[in-house]
Amino acid sequence: MSSDNQEVLVKVKDLKMYFPITQGIVIQRHVGDIKAVDGITFNIHRGETLGLVGESGCGKSTTGRAILQLYTPTGGEVYFEGEEITGLKGEHLRKMRRRMQMIFQDPYASLNPRMTVGNIIAEPLEVHNILKRSERRDRVKELLEVVGLNPYFINRYPHEFSGGQRQRIGVARALALNPDFIVADEPISALDVSIQAQVINLLEDLQEQFGLTYLFIAHDLSVVRHISDRIAVMYLGKLVELADRHTLYDNPMHPYTQALLSAVPIPDPVIEEKRQRIILEGDVPSPQNPPKGCNFCTRCPKVFEPCYEQEPEFKEVEPGHWVACHLY
Amino acid sequence: MARLLEVKGLRTQFFTQDGVVNAVNGISYTLDEGETLGIVGESGCGKSVGVMSLIRLIPSPPGKIVAGEVLFDGQDLLKMSDGEIRSVRGNKIGMIFQDPMTSLNPVLTIGRQITEALQLHLGMNNAQARARAVELLELVGIPSAADRLDDYPHQFSGGMRQRVMIAMGLSCNPRLLIADEPTTALDVTIQAQIVDLVKKLRDELGMAVIWITHDLGVVAGLADRMAVMYAGMIVEEAEVKELYGNPRHPYTLGLLGSLPRLDQVSGQKLESIEGLPPDLIALPKGCPFYARCKYRIDKCKTENPSLQNVGVGHRIACWIDVTKDPVTTENPWQTA
Repeated sequence: MSSDNQEVLVKVKDLKMYFPITQGIVIQRHVGDIKAVDGITFNIHRGETLGLVGESGCGKSTTGRAILQLYTPTGGEVYFEGEEITGLKGEHLRKMRRRMQMIFQDPYASLNPRMTVGNIIAEPLEVHNILKRSERRDRVKELLEVVGLNPYFINRYPHEFSGGQRQRIGVARALALNPDFIVADEPISALDVSIQAQVINLLEDLQEQFGLTYLFIAHDLSVVRHISDRIAVMYLGKLVELADRHTLYDNPMHPYTQALLSAVPIPDPVIEEKRQRIILEGDVPSPQNPPKGCNFCTRCPKVFEPCYEQEPEFKEVEPGHWVACHLY
Repeated sequence: MARLLEVKGLRTQFFTQDGVVNAVNGISYTLDEGETLGIVGESGCGKSVGVMSLIRLIPSPPGKIVAGEVLFDGQDLLKMSDGEIRSVRGNKIGMIFQDPMTSLNPVLTIGRQITEALQLHLGMNNAQARARAVELLELVGIPSAADRLDDYPHQFSGGMRQRVMIAMGLSCNPRLLIADEPTTALDVTIQAQIVDLVKKLRDELGMAVIWITHDLGVVAGLADRMAVMYAGMIVEEAEVKELYGNPRHPYTLGLLGSLPRLDQVSGQKLESIEGLPPDLIALPKGCPFYARCKYRIDKCKTENPSLQNVGVGHRIACWIDVTKDPVTTENPWQTA
């Protein structure tokens, strides 16, 4: 779980992912871009969990998908174990994909309703031509056991399972190829509170067991704090702060992080009574037309002159604590 | 304070092809004027159906309120004619729904949607209703309200739409506001805005609020009293500080234990509740939480406990007292 091991597994450099906006039906003119991810840089160390938090539409899921090359990034580079994967194509990319897997948000939409659980979990093995057909079934049963499901369920269909169980199937599928790196895209937000804890515990156990590295994407800061070693905060396509979890929660530096943390309700009425909230005014601007200067300048309670003019640099203000703000 | 609402033995069922779904199984509670009641529970526990039954917004068929009384101001809402209940809905009882994206009509301007209730219930003319609508939008913090009256819902962001919904809920000065997961579809910073707004308006207008949520965090700073629901029943009810500080039902304990907290340094495993909620078509004979409960005794399997007082205003539906006599020797919530 700890990140004492400083070996960099995934390196993201100035990653950009723009989605074009076009107009016209027959002749499509390019009239603008949704800047979903706009130049972010960070490392993920082997064996750690990096939490990526932000509000909806801030580009956190796009980041996860762009790292896995599920989208072709508009710009920037992604390195996996020192090898650049951004330009990879065909067979090379397929080989790399074995080592990076994804767990999706919606356990109802991410499993094919017409395939049995056995076929769903065996599909990655089939695609990558691993194991003989006869051995695959045993591997699937083994995987089902690993994620806490009865191997006896192998011939059932997804609709026969509850949300939490389906998410376990998604986890088993991601584990099938023994990956090093898993992007978990809001794996618990579609689940009920009591089931969430089951899945979080499962993910933690698997990490210990198989030495996995996670990029854990979520909007729930309490969950992210629980599971992550380091946390990155995103706002409107950019990273605003990155630090280890204790530093981030004890000493948040970016005004957005401060507001985000103060907005999270704590299930304790005594504490809630005394808490002073920073209530942010207004809404997130459109990523099609982000404000000039700092992205957060339209809502920031500590805004001053340079924020409207110049984009703040994402820099290390303390060892291991990165912030993009003119205040520091 | 005066009693505003009294719910007695409310029972709602859905008659489907697969069988009878026991969504709400005899819940009783009361609400005073100006009081805020938080109802928490997981999806499918009947919290929404239970409250929608109060104002008879249950789709029928397949739904049917099969038993119970809902006394609002001494009048039984369940015995009213359709016309009478319509004059209560949106008038004395305001409502805010979960999803502001789908509960506003996309082809009508928001001005039209707000004024509809005003003209219907308060008999205002066009000009009066528009003036009042502007007032309401200002009240909920929408800038340049007069100009935005002729905008359509798609021209508003999620948080702003929820503000419009609140304005509609408040339009006729209701004495009771029912908020059904009003912040679930919103981001955390917007959620903070909305909670703050409802709190402020509640104190200004002195209305009672029933706030339904699955998030134990949101209601902690908002509610006076809390009710925890499981499988269509209230399993625990208490003052908010008592419920969080001294939870007595195993389900409430489990729910609080399975919640990662922002203010606590973790490092330990979360205490998850194993298993799944029961099937509402085939409810077990005994306590519905029996299969998942770590304190269970044999009696729980055969007899379903009713709500009993265990302290001042603190009721639980459980055969065992988790604080006094531990049934097992080891702490059952310590995961092995």
